[in-house]
Amino acid sequence: MTLPDPLTSHHRYIPNASQDVREMLDVVGVDSIDRLFDTIPDAVKLNRLLEVPGPWSEIETRRWFRGLAAKNRTAVDHASFLGGGAYAHYQPACIDQLLLRAEFLTAYTPYQPEVSQGTLQSIFEYQTHQCLLTGLDVANASLYDGSTALCEAVLLAERMHKNKTKVLIAKSVHPHYRETVRTYIQNLGIEVVEVGWSDDGRVDLDALRAAAEGAFAVAVQSPNFLGVVEDYDAIRAASEGTTRIAVVAEATSLGILTPPGAHGFDICVGEGQAWGIPTQFGGPFVGFMVVRDALKRHMPGRLVGETVDVDGRRAYVLTLATREQHIRRGKATSNICTNEALIALAANMYLSLLGKEGLREVALQSMQKANYLRTKLSEVRGVELPFSGPVYNEFVIRTPFPASEILADLEHEKILGGIPLAGFFEGRANDFLAAVTELHTREQLDHYVAALSAAISRERR
Amino acid sequence: MSEMKSAHTPPLIFEHSKTGRRGYKLPALDVPEEALDAMIPAALRREEIANEVEVSEVDVIRHFTRLSKLNVSIDAGLYPLGSCTMKHNPRINEEIARTPGFAHSHPLQPDHQVQGNLELLWHLEQTLKEIFGMPRVSLQPVAGAHGELTGILMVHKALAKSGNPRKYILIPDSAHGTNPASAAFAGYEIRELKSNSRGTVELSTLEAAVTEDVAALMITVPNTLGVFESEIRSIADILHAKGAYLYCDGANLNAFVGIARPGDMGVDCIHSNLHKTFSTPHGGGGPGAGPVGVSERLVPYLPAPTVERREDGSFYLDYSHPDSIGRMRAFNGNFNVLVRALTYMRSMGPDGLRRIAQLAVLNANYIRARLKSSYHLPYDAPSLHEVVFSDKNQTAKDVHTLDIAKRLMDYGFHPPTIYFPLIVSGALMIEPTESEPKEELDAFCEAMIAIARECDERPELVRTAPHSTPVRRLDEARAARQPVLRWNPAI
Amino acid sequence: MSTPEDSKYAKSHEYVHFDEKEGIGTIGITDYAQKELGDVVFVELPQVGTQLEAGDELGSIESVKAVSELFSPVSGEVVEVNEALAEKPELVNTDSYGDGWMVRIKLSDPSEMDELLMNAEEYEEYIQTEAGH
Repeated sequence: MTLPDPLTSHHRYIPNASQDVREMLDVVGVDSIDRLFDTIPDAVKLNRLLEVPGPWSEIETRRWFRGLAAKNRTAVDHASFLGGGAYAHYQPACIDQLLLRAEFLTAYTPYQPEVSQGTLQSIFEYQTHQCLLTGLDVANASLYDGSTALCEAVLLAERMHKNKTKVLIAKSVHPHYRETVRTYIQNLGIEVVEVGWSDDGRVDLDALRAAAEGAFAVAVQSPNFLGVVEDYDAIRAASEGTTRIAVVAEATSLGILTPPGAHGFDICVGEGQAWGIPTQFGGPFVGFMVVRDALKRHMPGRLVGETVDVDGRRAYVLTLATREQHIRRGKATSNICTNEALIALAANMYLSLLGKEGLREVALQSMQKANYLRTKLSEVRGVELPFSGPVYNEFVIRTPFPASEILADLEHEKILGGIPLAGFFEGRANDFLAAVTELHTREQLDHYVAALSAAISRERR
Repeated sequence: MSEMKSAHTPPLIFEHSKTGRRGYKLPALDVPEEALDAMIPAALRREEIANEVEVSEVDVIRHFTRLSKLNVSIDAGLYPLGSCTMKHNPRINEEIARTPGFAHSHPLQPDHQVQGNLELLWHLEQTLKEIFGMPRVSLQPVAGAHGELTGILMVHKALAKSGNPRKYILIPDSAHGTNPASAAFAGYEIRELKSNSRGTVELSTLEAAVTEDVAALMITVPNTLGVFESEIRSIADILHAKGAYLYCDGANLNAFVGIARPGDMGVDCIHSNLHKTFSTPHGGGGPGAGPVGVSERLVPYLPAPTVERREDGSFYLDYSHPDSIGRMRAFNGNFNVLVRALTYMRSMGPDGLRRIAQLAVLNANYIRARLKSSYHLPYDAPSLHEVVFSDKNQTAKDVHTLDIAKRLMDYGFHPPTIYFPLIVSGALMIEPTESEPKEELDAFCEAMIAIARECDERPELVRTAPHSTPVRRLDEARAARQPVLRWNPAI
Repeated sequence: MSTPEDSKYAKSHEYVHFDEKEGIGTIGITDYAQKELGDVVFVELPQVGTQLEAGDELGSIESVKAVSELFSPVSGEVVEVNEALAEKPELVNTDSYGDGWMVRIKLSDPSEMDELLMNAEEYEEYIQTEAGH
């Protein structure tokens, strides 16, 4: 086949066309673009076009992708009660508009501070919000997500205890987070021991105490994957000698729950998606990490610090960079380079707009509405709420029937009713997890109760 | 720079805070209010988030708009960071990613509710398979370094399966820092491979280095000088003969997409930074995506789950991979970055994808031709999508790469990557990408030539640059000596 | 550039100033080394009581964009570290042979001073050849 001639073809994203190409080839001193690829041996050249669809116009592109999106059944046309590490909170309209500003959207990592103060100052503000919310001292510029943030926290803690190899992770930490940790540490000589929960859904303190001997770190999630709020002080008391890691997967909970830094925890990591980031099938999200001051030089990822320029103006710059891969290479504190800067910017905007009062109100409304649903459900015949511990905005529901069947019934009522626990834990075929946020109306909550009640009755027949 | 210098940089959002201001409104609570103590014991609650801000929506919009104006961006002009592939970010990609059916889909929905997402991921994998020339691609990794870790973990597992995971990863001295860091976190020790006078891998050096203890070579193609490893097939053969693997850092895929394929080169594993070659916006440092393609030998070890198509045309997430290295991240990778990348691939089509490489390489060679009489070219082997100069011609006047980079800002351009690769002293690594029209390249070259002249005639001007940016050179030593990493309220 | 006559030098650019009466060596980096590094921003030092063999890693020293390992030029026990460097790492730049010292070591084998290290003249010659590379 003959390949298209680069002299005559064109594309809207690639400005230079026939006239430019001719002039440029003259300056370079070759007679064709192909000659520029002479260093690629013929044996590995493709010599045909890729067999892929396109090129499409915007009209065709939009038609095809919208067609795919229309095949999804989502929170757009259903009342969604899905949480489990990805929560639908309201993102004020101005945030996405601001994110589309090219100066944020299409800038690179702020390696040149003189022309990147917008990004740098925003990261500095983001770091400050993280410190205020978690009660710890130093936050980084972002990590990929909550699961990999936990991995980095475990690796950081391990560096602080050179002779220990055991880490305790509560079984009530998000199952995907625990899986990801196992992937990350598989060749590093670290042993993961999981600690179960008590009847109230909180970490089993006796089991924790028994396992803590010889462990370098303990990681717990609060609210945990079952929706139950943990008692940080009790966990701390049961884990002497370890680095304490708190995982926060529902970040709006920090608006009402006591910060882990106030209870002697050393590291708080988590997922910032709940700060108004769309659930977007799981990504991009934004992982955060906040630590005690003493750990700052061992942190993974970028840090922005304050300084001055030659004229004495306050300005911001990437700092303590010797921890990072581009300088310390094989001995770096992490391999992370690209992070989730734009999502961290969105989080900064959200936290700033909502502010002191709004963050509390979002948390209170989410909690009140969850409590309302929980109370109503407790009156439904056949519904059991298996965990008695305190709840923020998410909880486990049990019926006498397989969760998959109950949830299928709810789907007929245009309700995405929850996440079955069967895929994550043994012996929990009838359990599922439901989450509530400020976006839910009382009408939706009442409809949920009625639909679930009807589903149970239907299954009984 | 369009923004004029001012005496002060903008206040922090925290410094805008005034008691009583609000930037949000929620609907009134429409359920009966329960006492807080009945829901959460007081000991587990906070009374307030001390020192959090109180600002209005106007304050927020003004603040971030003003901050944005302190950045330069690819929309404003050439951003020639070598190895970063700062190309045009089409806005249709943004629109598609915001389609409500994608944006509000939840990662733990059952397969039957998210058929559109799974079909999209399946199509993206097919497209990347064709671009890579490889049998499978994992879409889970969310960044280049994340892809590297994924790949080396697979290599480790494959070797462990056959009895011995081995000890070392070979990495050329021209490599990105993420390569050794990723290899170390995958459980390996690093052995550095010296480049030859072309800046490429010398076969005899490699042959001597590939002992029975070597698990893989991580190599960037073309390398960080922009030079293609012409003996890539022989490199692969040497490794394969010893049972080792060839890992390709695909950061520079923009140089040969549609022209040649890693699979045909003997590569066993490659990651592609979708935020480079496939135009998803960098966003000031992320998000990205780093899908990993593998050869047949590594397929069993791919992260789980994978997306599969049934006979009836429906799609599902397949967890049944007993030898998988496991999950690299919660949920399904950076899905909405993947959406943008597939949008771009469809907009480009077969000839467009090839044209990316053709024009990116022409643009870089045009800059090389125009600047080589002003700047020293430490390696003169033919280069593809980027060109690396050094400051050797300028150091006699005590002007260095950093100064040249800073002076470029005064001419309105973002500087190139500097002091990398490490094998070039005072490196200036320029990658224009295919997005730049000839007139922009000419303006850049003229600025570089003018700076070279200034280095001779007015070196002090260059040494003290930049002069016209929102802030001038920063005291980076002060930032690192007494780190101030957050705003602190005045006491 | 100054190279005090009363100290001995390692190829890795540490100096040892040996107090024979006390048997204690004061260790830091040379003026040449601090100039090569540029603005020192952080020095990581061992704990008092650490036993070191000559050539062991002693700690590390960081500038804004580089990190270098420090090696102990002699064997012995760390008896004191310069706490002032935590607050003022720039002392390494301003006074590397004085207030910018790093650790004091009780030498286990003082003969290493002659066997392993260069005198000032030899060190100056050595850095001339190294700078030529």
